[in-house]
Amino acid sequence: MMTDTPPDLECRGLAKRFDNVTAVDSVDFSVPAGSFFSILGPSGCGKTTIMRMIAGFLEPSSGDIRIKGRSVLGVPPNKRPVNMVFQHLALFPMMNVAENIGYGLRRQGVSKSEIMRRTGEVLERISLPGIGGRKVSELSGGQRQRVAIARCMVLEPDVLLLDEPLGALDLKLREKMKVELKALQAEFDTTFVYITHDQGEALVMSDKVAVMNAGRFEQVGPARELYYNPATAFVAGFVGDANRWKGRVTAAHGADVTVLLDSGLTLCARGTGLAQGDRVEIFVRPEAISIAHDPHAMGEDANQIAVQVTAMLFNGANSRVLVRDPQSGAEIDVALPQSAAFAGLDKGDAVHIGWNRDQSLCFADSGT
Amino acid sequence: MIPSIPQPRGVRLIYKAYVVAFFLWLALPLVAVSVFAFNDSQFPSLPWEGFTWGWFFGDARPQIGLFHERRILSSIWTSVFVAFWVSLLAVTVGTTNAFLFNRYSFRGRGFLYVLMLLPLVVPGIVLGISILIFSSRVAGTVQDLSGLYVEALRPGLPLVIAGQFSFITTIATLVISARLIKFDRSLEEAALNLGASPLTAVRTITIPYLMPALVGAFVVAFLMSFENFNTTLMLVGSDAPLTITMFDRLKEGSTPVLNAVSLLLMVGSGVLALVMISFQRR
Amino acid sequence: MTPGRLSFFLLLAPLVLWLGLLIVIPHIDMALVSLRARVAPGEYTPSLQNYADFFTQPLYLVTFARTAIMSILATAITLIIGFPISYYIAKIAKGRSQASLFLMCLIPFWVSELVRTFGWIILLRETGVISGLLQWAGLADQPVEMLYNDSAMMLGLVYTSMLFMVVPLTTTLESLDDAVIEAGYDLGGNGFSVLREIVIPHAMPGIVSGCIVVFMLSLGNYLTPTMLGGKDSLWFTQLIYSQFIVRFNWELGAAFGFCLLGASSLIVWGMLRLTGQTLERTMGEGS
Repeated sequence: MMTDTPPDLECRGLAKRFDNVTAVDSVDFSVPAGSFFSILGPSGCGKTTIMRMIAGFLEPSSGDIRIKGRSVLGVPPNKRPVNMVFQHLALFPMMNVAENIGYGLRRQGVSKSEIMRRTGEVLERISLPGIGGRKVSELSGGQRQRVAIARCMVLEPDVLLLDEPLGALDLKLREKMKVELKALQAEFDTTFVYITHDQGEALVMSDKVAVMNAGRFEQVGPARELYYNPATAFVAGFVGDANRWKGRVTAAHGADVTVLLDSGLTLCARGTGLAQGDRVEIFVRPEAISIAHDPHAMGEDANQIAVQVTAMLFNGANSRVLVRDPQSGAEIDVALPQSAAFAGLDKGDAVHIGWNRDQSLCFADSGT
Repeated sequence: MIPSIPQPRGVRLIYKAYVVAFFLWLALPLVAVSVFAFNDSQFPSLPWEGFTWGWFFGDARPQIGLFHERRILSSIWTSVFVAFWVSLLAVTVGTTNAFLFNRYSFRGRGFLYVLMLLPLVVPGIVLGISILIFSSRVAGTVQDLSGLYVEALRPGLPLVIAGQFSFITTIATLVISARLIKFDRSLEEAALNLGASPLTAVRTITIPYLMPALVGAFVVAFLMSFENFNTTLMLVGSDAPLTITMFDRLKEGSTPVLNAVSLLLMVGSGVLALVMISFQRR
Repeated sequence: MTPGRLSFFLLLAPLVLWLGLLIVIPHIDMALVSLRARVAPGEYTPSLQNYADFFTQPLYLVTFARTAIMSILATAITLIIGFPISYYIAKIAKGRSQASLFLMCLIPFWVSELVRTFGWIILLRETGVISGLLQWAGLADQPVEMLYNDSAMMLGLVYTSMLFMVVPLTTTLESLDDAVIEAGYDLGGNGFSVLREIVIPHAMPGIVSGCIVVFMLSLGNYLTPTMLGGKDSLWFTQLIYSQFIVRFNWELGAAFGFCLLGASSLIVWGMLRLTGQTLERTMGEGS
């Protein structure tokens, strides 16, 4: 397929096998220029392998990697127009900040004065002017992060690879760096490919996210789509929180199915390609469930249950109510609405919960 | 230059060949020594005259095997005697040193630590002569004052033990310290909390934890003492340890019995090394 | 006295006894002996004569300089041969082969220096294995003597010291994160620039501690020069030995001992200063 401008990064049928283990199994994707692309998956899913193949530290078993339309197979890592921010940053401890940033320019044979100028400029852009003389060990976690990015960006790569760079930071700083990374990407206007096992990082920053599992991409799309319309049970379970139950289809009319859960509860749900008798998994997000003291307030939700509160899990805006269906004994996780009406909810209280058919996502049971 | 960086095949092959050549070079003299221990000839050299155990077990001229050679056997026992005492002393003092430097901060600690390292950078022969000079001065003074002749201060085994102990203790201290540093002090505090006295806590918790390092330090000290030459040479008296005996024999001209002794030494050290490694795996 | 202070002094005592009686006082005594001259049996006067002898007798000075220069040379050769091996063990070999290669490097250490030297004698002498093989292969028509010269001695010194270079080097190189090397390549570096700007600066503590130990061992070696060296390759330790044991001139021998100690301390100190390392760090890591 020919287009006017080829995507910055394109992988076709990319696969990597180690001895008899398939780490990456025929993955296809393309990343348009200037976008933020994330690969999200649990550890061991093969995302690091993909990244190392793109950087040139691993040779693919089959498939092709194209950068700006040109295949980079066989090109050694020091000649590829991609740079990488390593998991633990890999700043050179024997050099100061300016020497770290100037390292790649020195390799290109750029003159000393030019290196000085460009190093100063990039430090300016990451809002750390004048720290060039500092030792790497004197920087804070967030500063090291930015220096590691600057060290790559000064070379103006076609694609910047980031290998879970926020993993080592503490929670507060990680939240701050998410926003900052997104801003840096906009500032440099460069294509970022970001891998992580943290869905929060991927969802917040990315234009597109690929959810990866066992060497394959389960789904590629914008964060919202992954969240609201997961294509597989794995994506539904991995992205966002959800109540997760197993059961059997008792009736199916097109996409509308009725499911008898193993706990004995019967639910209305939506799922494609299912027939009566199929084993299924159902996912319901806690915030999709509405809660009321009065059954008449529930409206037309297809699933309505009278339940008892078993625990209040207060956590500010993310507070949850744990409720139990007295008939089946099933436990359900419900988001606590931020209204005064439920502030006094307590263990043992009787409430009504409900959600509509579209919010019970139903997939054939993968057996896990 | 690491496996994840692609390198031309040729470069990798040359590198591998270099590594192989290096290890062959490393093994070469040891193999030569071992092989000629079995040569049925008066000299440890070519031509090959056939295989024999004679240089180990022979009991008649011209092949007197090492197990029937009084001078060599007694020097092996001398070496074992010296090595045992050196190791015991070095591990004991090494342990107290390790505790001192690990548990206490005091004025002059840094100075004493550097002083403790110094025996490693003093040439062995200088250690030997300084102890020789000092001990004979003390012996002379004692004799002048009291008329006593102190045998232990004249060249001989006590001085050899002192000389080897003087630098092997540094190594024992470093080996034991390295493990003590990794010890989690809260384990000791837990023992105190459960009713142990401080000394009992050290005896029942810390010392067992240190055991691999203590055994390791003992074995290293034993081997270093066994093969020490420079310091021993200056302090030795009439009872010569094995290295000195072999050195004298080599100067006289060698027979394959020296190869047999060498092979025995290699096997002995190998066994000791294996014991140590298996102990540290635990 | 509190129990804490009591145990402190109990732990301090062995250290002080050891260092005092076996290291500090003997060296002071040696200094005193080197600063006196014998005027009659049992009678001495303070004198700098021994040091004057050292600086005026060409044999002493030349032997001293030769020993120092040859030791530096041996150290450099050991470093150049050992570095690629350490790098291979630390960064290229993986898992079991890494552990076994490292153990193989240690094997010669478990064997007495005398045995190692004896091995080289068997290989190199006129009636030795290599000479015999050369004749057998038709490359030589008479026995070849390869022993008793400076090259044989250098071979012996490098062989004997190799372990003390490879072990600290391997340890420091192992602590270099692979990602740092990869980052060097990723940013456009090649083998040479990564080696020069990343690997060698990182390995510096190991290089220094290896070099110090190897230099010390070479300078203070007696066995290898005596057994493998020729008539002309006199080593400074041989002078000390002969003054003490053969000539019984302890005063001059002690002065020589101090010159040896001074030279080694000076070079060790210089090496530490030049590379900004400290003895505590290099020795602590090296063992």
